[in-house]
Parts: sequence; C-alpha cells; structure tokens
Amino acid sequence: MMELVLTVTAVALALAAAGAIIRIARGPSLLDRVLAADVLLAILGAALCIDMAVNRHLNNLMLVVAVSVIGFIGSVTVARFVADRREQPNEP
Amino acid sequence: MSPEPNAVDTLIDAVSAVFMVVGALMSLAAAIGLLRFPDLMSRMHAATKPQVLGLFLLLAAVGLQLRTWWVWPVLLVAWIFQLLTVPVSAHMVGRAGYRTKHLHKELLSTDELEAVVVKAAKAARDSEENDGGM
Repeated sequence: MMELVLTVTAVALALAAAGAIIRIARGPSLLDRVLAADVLLAILGAALCIDMAVNRHLNNLMLVVAVSVIGFIGSVTVARFVADRREQPNEP
Repeated sequence: MSPEPNAVDTLIDAVSAVFMVVGALMSLAAAIGLLRFPDLMSRMHAATKPQVLGLFLLLAAVGLQLRTWWVWPVLLVAWIFQLLTVPVSAHMVGRAGYRTKHLHKELLSTDELEAVVVKAAKAARDSEENDGGM
C-alpha cells in the first residue's frame, strides 16, 4: 500500500511543483512570483514529510521545522520593497 | 501475538495513507489555483491550502507512521510556527499587492481598505500643501 501512496503523492507533488514553477516563470508581477515561490517551498516541505512518513525515519524533521519557522522571511522582505513600475496600473 | 495489533496497524496505515494522499492533493490544488485564478488576491487564497491544511495532514501522517509519542510535540511546534508565520507573509504580500494595484477591483465583494488609503493619501497631501505654504 505504501508504494501506491508514494507513487500517487509523487505524481501529485511533481505536477504541483511544475505548476508553481510555471507561475514563477510567467509572472506577471513580482508578487505573483513570490507567492508561487512560497507554494513551491510548501510543496518541498510536503515532499520531506512524505519521505519521512513512507520510509519511517526522522532525518528531515529539523528541516521541516526550520522551513516552517523562517520560510516567511523571504516573501516579507520582497513585499516590503516591492514597487509598481508599470505605466498603466490595472493592465497586467 | 493476537491479531488485534495487526488490525490496529492496518487501520493506522490506512488513515495515514489517506492523510498523505489528501495532503499531496492540497499542493496540486494550490498549483492549479495559481495557474487558473485571475489576480493576486485569489491566487493567495489558493496558496494557503498546502501551507496550513496540507502541512497538518502530512505531519499527522508522519506522527501516525512513526508510532512514537515524542515526535508529536515536535510536529506540533512545526505546525504552530507555520500557523504563526504564514499570516505575516500573507499580510505583507496582500498589502503590497493592494498598494501596487495588482488586483481586479471589480472582483472584490468588499473593500474595507479603500477608505483608509484614501484618507491617508488626503492627509499626506494636506500636510504637503501646508509645508509648501510655509
């Protein structure tokens, strides 16, 4: 059963990471990219948790805790210094 | 040994398998929302799914699979810190998105920030005029 779960979650997480990377590449604004990078970090944490649960070890636990503690600093910093450089504000 | 522990083991395995699959589908839902929603605010709505509920389900799956009581406080710490820090970054991103007008005004049902922003802009303009006069 665990092999099936691992396959299903691996496919779902790979598709999700691909979607987040497409959004990072496409934009249109800097804040969209920051948000997609946050989602990519959450997907990474999910992959670490699934690795721990399926293989029954705790090697990644401190990394998951560290990601949840300091993962917000990047997006806060970027959002603090973001500026609008477009000519027409409501056109993406 | 009695068959009872095996049955319990199977049940715990099934529950944690369901948690893992649903938690992974949360990430997939967030990615689909990121790709299909029209503006920053609605994408932020989709992005919170794996950050809170998805992480909760996967940490619960880890705790169920390991079957040791002392991992639960560590997993709880990870989830509580995620609950504390995700609103901070969402608040900052949302505020910056509003200020730089990365939103479709016609899609908002209520806009409680607009009056505050208009008032602050008016106050700033007034103080600027007063400084110029003196």
